[in-house]
Amino acid sequence: MASENGFFTNAEVTTSGRPVLRRNEVECFLLSSVDLDSEDDPPRFTALRSGNLILTTHRLIWIPSQSTNASSLPSSLPLSAITQIFSHKKSIKSMFHSPRIRFQADPGSVVVTVVFRGKGDFDGFLTKFWECWRGRAWEGEDKSESETSMSGGGAVAQGLYGNDGTVRMVGLAGILRKEQEQWESTDKSLQDAFQDLNALMSKAKEMVSLAEKMRQKLLSAPSSQNGSGDDEEMGSKEEMQQWMLSVGIISPVTKESAGALYHQELSRQLADFVKIPLEQAGGMISLTDMYYHFNRARGTELISPDDLWQACTLWEKFDVPVMLRKFDSGVKVIQNKSHSDEEVMSRIRMLVTKTETLRTGVTASDAALTLKIAPAMAKEHLLSAETKGLLCRDMSPDGLRFYFNLFPEFDLTNLHLVKDFGEYAEWIKATSLVSV
Amino acid sequence: MHKLGDFKLPQFFNYPPYFTLQPVRDTREKQIQLWKELILDYCKSQKVFLIGVEEDFPLFSNSAIDRTLSHEARETFLSAIVGEGRAEWLDKGHRKCLILWHRIQDWADIILKFVRENGLEDSVMTVEEIRSGTESLGTELEGIDRTILMRALKLLENKGKLALFKGTSADDEGVKFSV
Repeated sequence: MASENGFFTNAEVTTSGRPVLRRNEVECFLLSSVDLDSEDDPPRFTALRSGNLILTTHRLIWIPSQSTNASSLPSSLPLSAITQIFSHKKSIKSMFHSPRIRFQADPGSVVVTVVFRGKGDFDGFLTKFWECWRGRAWEGEDKSESETSMSGGGAVAQGLYGNDGTVRMVGLAGILRKEQEQWESTDKSLQDAFQDLNALMSKAKEMVSLAEKMRQKLLSAPSSQNGSGDDEEMGSKEEMQQWMLSVGIISPVTKESAGALYHQELSRQLADFVKIPLEQAGGMISLTDMYYHFNRARGTELISPDDLWQACTLWEKFDVPVMLRKFDSGVKVIQNKSHSDEEVMSRIRMLVTKTETLRTGVTASDAALTLKIAPAMAKEHLLSAETKGLLCRDMSPDGLRFYFNLFPEFDLTNLHLVKDFGEYAEWIKATSLVSV
Repeated sequence: MHKLGDFKLPQFFNYPPYFTLQPVRDTREKQIQLWKELILDYCKSQKVFLIGVEEDFPLFSNSAIDRTLSHEARETFLSAIVGEGRAEWLDKGHRKCLILWHRIQDWADIILKFVRENGLEDSVMTVEEIRSGTESLGTELEGIDRTILMRALKLLENKGKLALFKGTSADDEGVKFSV
């Protein structure tokens, strides 16, 4: 685990610059413009200057802000290594200083000073810091982990964020055993959870594992019924499973946790989150669909459409692999940067130059099937292909169809001239095949 | 079906988008030019002088592919021809269009050539005789639209090549050539 730094370990971050959290790790606080310093000199300690400090239930993570040079890497320190947090001395001197916290950590009992140069809820951070350190979330986890493996459940991936930064579901295995017992406790946690939203948030982790339990139960149910359930029942079960599978983001960025950096951090989290829905949608997804997916995953910490819009517009400033795009018609979509128009255009060209479609043209729904995207989106692509001169339209009582644009091939000086090669000749071949 | 009477239609006449007014500028420009050429070719070969926008004009629909030009498209294509001086609207409502596959000046030259070829330099003819007399049989003047013929004759009169006068019958006029 040694790093260049000698004291911190390198922290994994996603492509958009959000920390990769470990299983059950929850992000608690974020402060900007933070230096980490120590009286100890290198190689034991190298100062980290001007970055974002993220406090989670398990770690302190320091991420360099964009402006600082690349020599500082994202670094982290497990809270378990901290041996002491020194209390905050109030003195006249401290009033003129930037606020700071000192703590001692292993290895080597190095005393680290955290200096806050920016604005932010410093006292809030300190409170949370104590809370998380004393909470010793890492200990409880080791215990429950060994319990899980002892109960012999399947090894379902439990991290919410995978190593690649994608969102995965919190799993729980070995449910069927002691089922009666569990349902009783389940009932209790449901009642507790709905007392109020704060309580629900504190129960979030349990809720997610509960959802996984229910999913497992649903999965096992059909076999015990010997397939006697009718189709409708099966359908609703599948749907239920889908819901359970998409329970979501365990540590959503909130105004409370990110403060002034709310939209910025939200933007990064969104960039990480959109990957999978985007892949499923074929590289492009409408903003409204994304709003649905994202809020579903966030559960109770819903964001407003405006927040989503702001988060998307901030992508321009970050180096993220996704972008917001507005079509001429006003339709807004999220797409992969790699999802180039050229590629879509060449696929449309392939589609409309087939013998059959050369003759009949294509509708938006034909294109949607071939390109595996929503018809509304397919229509946008067809319209932009038309604007580029690749296609032209045919309005008939049957509706709007698009044809490969043959107009450039028609000869004005000799209307009857057909060049031997080219799509015009191909089109004549295709149409004569039918009329013969 | 690549013929309309004895007129040979181009292949693209069966291309459905040819019958939809294209919204994209470059494509539309090419489409208008193609229609312009086709209409003028057709009118010249079939001696059509007048196109009514709302009337059935053989080129404006294609039963083979079940497509018909919209009113807007017809007016757009005819206006393009008018814009080039190869046609004229006969009314403000743009319902009737006079097609001039020869301009008036060209028609005037054809008349002069006709006069010289038939040795009519100092003769008198009626306007109707120019359109349907034995001399004009088989020439381009045969069956020429009366409006167009009168305008060509007036142009020649202004140049002093002929004199128009009222004939004995009320519905015809006489022409005295003085080429």
